[in-house]
Order: sequence, then structure tokens, then C-alpha cells
Amino acid sequence: MLENAFNVVMAHPLLLAVIKILIVFAVLSGIVAYLVYMERKVLAFMQARLGPMRVGPWGLLQPIADGLKLLLKEDIIPAGADKFVFLLAPAISVLAAFTVFAVIPFAGNFYISDINIGLLFILGVSSLGIYGIILGGWSSNSHYPLLGALRSSAQLVSYEVAAGMALVGVLLISNSLSMVEIVNRQQQMGVWNVFLQPLAFVIYVIAAVAETNRNPFDLPEAESELTAGFHTEYSGFRFALYFMAEYTNMVLVSCIAVTLFLGGWLRPFSSVHALDFLRWAPPVSLVGAAVFILWLGLQSRVPLERYFFVALALGCVAVGVIISYPLILNAVQGIFWFGVKVLAFLYAFIWYRATFPRYRYDQLMNVGWRWMIPLALANLIVTAVVRYLLSAHTPASPVAWLLR
Amino acid sequence: MLNEYGPILIFMAIAAAFPLVTLWIMKFIRPKFNPTAEKVMPYECGITPESDARGRYTVRFYIIAILFVVFDVETIYLFPWAVQYQVLGLYGLVEMLVFLGVLIVGYIWIWKRGALDWI
Repeated sequence: MLENAFNVVMAHPLLLAVIKILIVFAVLSGIVAYLVYMERKVLAFMQARLGPMRVGPWGLLQPIADGLKLLLKEDIIPAGADKFVFLLAPAISVLAAFTVFAVIPFAGNFYISDINIGLLFILGVSSLGIYGIILGGWSSNSHYPLLGALRSSAQLVSYEVAAGMALVGVLLISNSLSMVEIVNRQQQMGVWNVFLQPLAFVIYVIAAVAETNRNPFDLPEAESELTAGFHTEYSGFRFALYFMAEYTNMVLVSCIAVTLFLGGWLRPFSSVHALDFLRWAPPVSLVGAAVFILWLGLQSRVPLERYFFVALALGCVAVGVIISYPLILNAVQGIFWFGVKVLAFLYAFIWYRATFPRYRYDQLMNVGWRWMIPLALANLIVTAVVRYLLSAHTPASPVAWLLR
Repeated sequence: MLNEYGPILIFMAIAAAFPLVTLWIMKFIRPKFNPTAEKVMPYECGITPESDARGRYTVRFYIIAILFVVFDVETIYLFPWAVQYQVLGLYGLVEMLVFLGVLIVGYIWIWKRGALDWI
């Protein structure tokens, strides 16, 4: 029966794709919801606070409570708003943010689609998100949202140029736009692109922070100047959609940076066989998590919370044992390392927010146009020249001539 | 072709349907939209708005938009060049240096003209 169903799914590539899409969509929504929780917790700990503690043990049910609250709110449309555009704009933002995940390779054995123009598709579709922002700001017919939308779009397009040029440096090395191929190339070379293109990596990370409207570049939502920026007039579920789009974009730029620069699903030193014991990292880290959860639970004085934490710890151990089987262990390698790298990136995003003061708008534009673009151009030209000099099969290679 | 782009189209359809369907379903649960004059007034920190928001704004944003089009189109030209770089060899390198040279001259010019100054 089960085997039969498995065969049917395998025989229909589109059916398999739909199942994968639903998995990615569900996991992504969960990650986005708990990313908000993680942000509140990490920020709180960095400021010597506790963060959400009331809803569920250690505030673990806070995202669900927030989501339910926003779903049950009245759907307010301000006077003078362009109703159709006002209703459409958040959906555009969400659509653009989610669709890009169709070409992100989460692991060598788990991706929805591998198209040969992957990177171009990502740049094109993720840029569509700006329509959601500018249409939402414009249609509200209020001063703050309009100014927020203008700032946001100007900031986005300024950093988009530098990010695009930084990515060309990676393309010069990998010679392919397919995301899967770019990771495979890093495996062949035995070195991640970040070590060959450090400047491009730094430029891309800065641009990614700016494009997601995060600190220290969160001018569009500078609450002391513009209340909430482009979504000031939005409430209820439509506000939740914008919120989701922003956090999905954070996950997205992390995934792109990890794929292009940090070796995607490859484990560190994937070509060094002496480090093969690292493949035990997934179960070991799950057991480590179980120990931590148990320690948290023992501190609690509420019996129900204690039972919950103990059950959670046991669950972690059980999953750890299940994935220790060689077949499953091999299958989860890619997902595990990809997830670890993306999590580290997301943590860095929150860290920036806790650390850096906000830029002034003219400083922001200065950094974008007078520093990032020349640096990205210089990186591009240097990479192209060095790449040419190093390519051995070029007949008139000056290096070959010098070494003659 | 269908195997590669079919899943992407399905993903797009699901991503588009998710907000719309959720909004539609919640319509039966959430309280009805009950407008009052204060509730639908544009938010300006408690002050009654005096003018329509869609007025004129600084020309800087237009300049940034125009510059973006120039630079972004030129970045897009670099993508196919970078993918085919190994094939093009010295010819590709020199051609692209000329192309970038023209761009850099233009970049220096807009810098000197003050198009990058903010206020």
C-alpha cells in the first residue's frame, strides 16, 4: 500500500514537486513565525532582559498567539485609500518573497527546481517585492507611508546595483547561473567562494541587510521619524503579511548568501576525509539540544512546564536516534549543514540590530553610491583580470609567457 | 522545460493563493469592518491631516531611479559575459574593460555633477 503510493509519486515528477512545495511552504512559514520569537529573545538577552515569557513555557507559543490575534482583527481601510491597490500590495510582497525559494537548493537531494538561469530568476523575482512596498505606501494616502515607501524603494535600488555587481564576481568563478551548479563547483574546487571573493561577500552582506530594511539601514521604518514607514496604515492580517514578507526576505538573503559564498549544503572541509566524523554532527547536536532543554526544564517550578520540557528533550533524543541510521544520516547531511549556516546568518542579522546605531539617510545613500559601487566594480575588474591570467589553457597567457 | 518551470509556477500559484484564501476565510470570523470618521482617518500622530498625501516630493528620488536603471541594465549585461568568460578569453576581457571604462567615466561625471549628493 505504502510502497504503491511511493511508486505513484515517483512516477509523476509534478506530484513529487507539489509535495516538496507544500513541505517547503509549511517549514518556511514555521521558520518565519519562530524567527520573530528568536529575534525578540536574542535581543532581550543582549539587553539583559528575558523577552516573551508569559505565553507558553519560555514564551514558546508567543508567535501563535500573535498570529491568531492579527487574524482576528478588523480589516481597516483608511479613507482616501486606493482600495484595490491597498488590498493587493501586501499579497505582492508575500508572493515575491516566497516564490524565490523555488530555485534555492536546500540540499544536493532536496530542491524544488534547478533552472539554468537560477540566479537571474532570483534577482528578478525578489526585486518584484518593491512593488508591494511602493504600492502599499502610495495607496494609503497618508504622509508617513508615502515617505517610507519612497525611502525604501530608493534604498533598495541603490543597494541592488552593488549586490548585482558583487554576484558577477562569483559568476566569473563558477561560470554558471544554476544554483546547484554553483555549489557543485565549490565542491570541485575544494574551497568556498567566500575565500576567493571576500570583498564580494562583504558587499553582498551589507547590501542584503539594506535590502531587507534591517538595522542599521532600517530608515524606511525609522519609528522616531516615520512611525512605521510604508505599512503605517495597515492593520490586522494585511500587516501580518508585510511582516511575513520582511522576515521571509531575511531568510531568503541568508539562503542566497549561503549558497553562493558559503558552500550551500556542503559541510566544512568537505574534501578532507580525515574530518568525515563531522557527519555525526546532526545527531550529536540534537542530543546537545536535549541536554540544554532538560536543564531549562529543571529550572522551572511549574510542573506542567517541567513535563513539557522533559517531553521535548526526549523527542529530540528520539529524532537523534532515528537519524543515526546510516541511510537517513546520509540523507540529512545537506539539510543540516545548510540549516546551520542559514541560522548563523539569521543570528547575525539580529546581532546587527542589537549592536549598530541607525544610519542617517544621506549617509546611507553615500555608502551605497560612493563606496559600495566603486568597490564592487574594482572587485569585478580585478577578478576578471586575475581569472584571465590564471586560466592555463589561454594560449597567449602572460603568466605562461613570464614563466617561459 | 515543464519539469523545470512547472514546479516554479505551482509554487507561485500557492504563494499567491495563500494570502488571498486566508483573508477570504477569515472574513467569516473576524469582526465586520465598521468605519468611523476617526478610525479611517490617516494616521499622523493625532493631528488631523490637512492635505492629500500624494503631493510633490524631492527630485532626488527621481535621480536615484534614473541612475539605477543605467547601472542595473549594465549589471545585467555582465551576467552572460561572466558565464561565458572562459570561452571568450582575451577578447571578452578587453571588450568588457572598454564597456566598464565607458561606465566609469559616466560614473565619475555624475559624481562631479553632484547627482550623488543627498541635499
